[in-house]
Amino acid sequence: MSQTSPYKVEYNLKVVRQFAVMTVIWGIIGMTVGVLIAAQLIWPVLNFETSWLTYSRLRPLHTNAVIFAFSTSALMGTSFYIVQKTCRTALFSNRLASFVFWGWQAVIVLAVITLPLGLTSSKEYAELEWPIDILIALVWVAYIIVFFGTLVRRRTPHIYVANWFYGSFIVTVAVLHIVNSMVIPVSFTKSYSLYSGSIDAMVQWWYGHNAVGFLLTAGFLGMMYYFVPKQAERPVYSYRLSVVHFWALISLYIWAGPHHLHYTALPDWAQSLGMVMSVILFVPSWGGMINGIMTLSGAWHKLKTDPILRFLIVSLSFYGMSTFEGPMMAIKSVNALSHYTDWTVGHVHSGALGWVAMITIGSLYYMIPRLWSQTEMFSVRWINTHFWLHTIGVVLYIVSMWISGVMQGLMWRAVNSADGTLTYSFIEGVEASYPFWFIRFAGGLFIVAGMLLMAYNVWLTIRAGEPTVESIDVAPANPTTKPA
Amino acid sequence: MDYITWRSFYTVLVFVLFIGVVWWAFSKGRKRRFDDAAKSIFDENELTSTTKESTKQESKNNE
Repeated sequence: MSQTSPYKVEYNLKVVRQFAVMTVIWGIIGMTVGVLIAAQLIWPVLNFETSWLTYSRLRPLHTNAVIFAFSTSALMGTSFYIVQKTCRTALFSNRLASFVFWGWQAVIVLAVITLPLGLTSSKEYAELEWPIDILIALVWVAYIIVFFGTLVRRRTPHIYVANWFYGSFIVTVAVLHIVNSMVIPVSFTKSYSLYSGSIDAMVQWWYGHNAVGFLLTAGFLGMMYYFVPKQAERPVYSYRLSVVHFWALISLYIWAGPHHLHYTALPDWAQSLGMVMSVILFVPSWGGMINGIMTLSGAWHKLKTDPILRFLIVSLSFYGMSTFEGPMMAIKSVNALSHYTDWTVGHVHSGALGWVAMITIGSLYYMIPRLWSQTEMFSVRWINTHFWLHTIGVVLYIVSMWISGVMQGLMWRAVNSADGTLTYSFIEGVEASYPFWFIRFAGGLFIVAGMLLMAYNVWLTIRAGEPTVESIDVAPANPTTKPA
Repeated sequence: MDYITWRSFYTVLVFVLFIGVVWWAFSKGRKRRFDDAAKSIFDENELTSTTKESTKQESKNNE
């Protein structure tokens, strides 16, 4: 039903639909690989003596699949949806948007092929080798052009706050990726970092922590600032707070990286700087959390009946929890206990599964019916079931990792008072962790079960509907000038 | 200007900028504009968008 009137602009919802579907699919794949490697820790035989299936190769596949396939597809799709809706204009270029989609899927497929083959730059969360890095940079530049081009063409006087968060995420990730991926290639599949020693480590964690700060936080806050008010049908609690905490968040996050390198060869002052900046970061983080949750102030009853809102609001609770935990773990004396233990793994997953996955799932449940001319998902009851499966899974995961993490930290540092020798050998710590690894594995099964239910629900919703064609009439206000 | 002086100056500058942002965001004159911006996502159809009947759902809960 395409409109031919020169005053009608058709939204590009096709690319949003493509990203929405792939988000669900990559979510299932990435989380299933996570469950597999969780199982491998308990039953090492599950690598089937095959090099491609070893923990060391599947672990980067898991992190890449959930961060760059699941989360980033979700961010790209929702940003294209929100920027069109809030700017009341179509995307800057449909062809470039389509390049962003297919280019990004190509990056992910290449990751799925190269990582199990053992081709890696060995930089955490930046494992992909240089030819893929170049493709990422090209896709990202196209993404920048489409997103900011759309902002420039907006028909609204104000740029809604969600777009500010998306914009900061898009620009910063480009800078981080390009700087951290500077390498000297020695062959098509092997390269060495341009940086050396502790500078390399600092660049890596400047990248690594800002991938958390801008991709997994700022981007998803953009999602939050649109979908929470929309689903709650109330404007955001304080727009002015959103402005202040935006500037505070983006100017502080960039400094927090050194907390990944406490007690290493990194100069002491840089470690302390990272620690202090991480602790201060607590304030703007909670600004966003409070702003999101308080949007529901006076309408708490909606949580009783609306499982989508429940996903969105509980995701904010997990966000608040992990942004309290993070600054605490960045304090050197706490880090001395927590670093290298399962506590870190639990912290990451309370952010990734609690905050990132839940806000994404809630947003998809809002968006998908609207993209396929439906009023709601095929089954709202299943959304509720998914909510409980996911919540139980996350709680099992993070509680077991807290306990095993603190236990590992205490066992590793225990010394015999008589002669100062270590009380426990490393393998004793591993043995003591088994029960908790099993609980973590069970939690992962709950989460994947929820995702499969979601996929089925999405499939039935899509089958029942047809792609939405939506356009916005941009005719001049005077009706007489409007063509018939 | 040596390195330490420059960094001290920079710290003060960022602090002043932050106070400026807070002042700008919370000053009385701008309250209405921000309130309008917060509500703007609810008039997505303000430019009289034409959608298929089946997709008119933005106000489904407005009983």
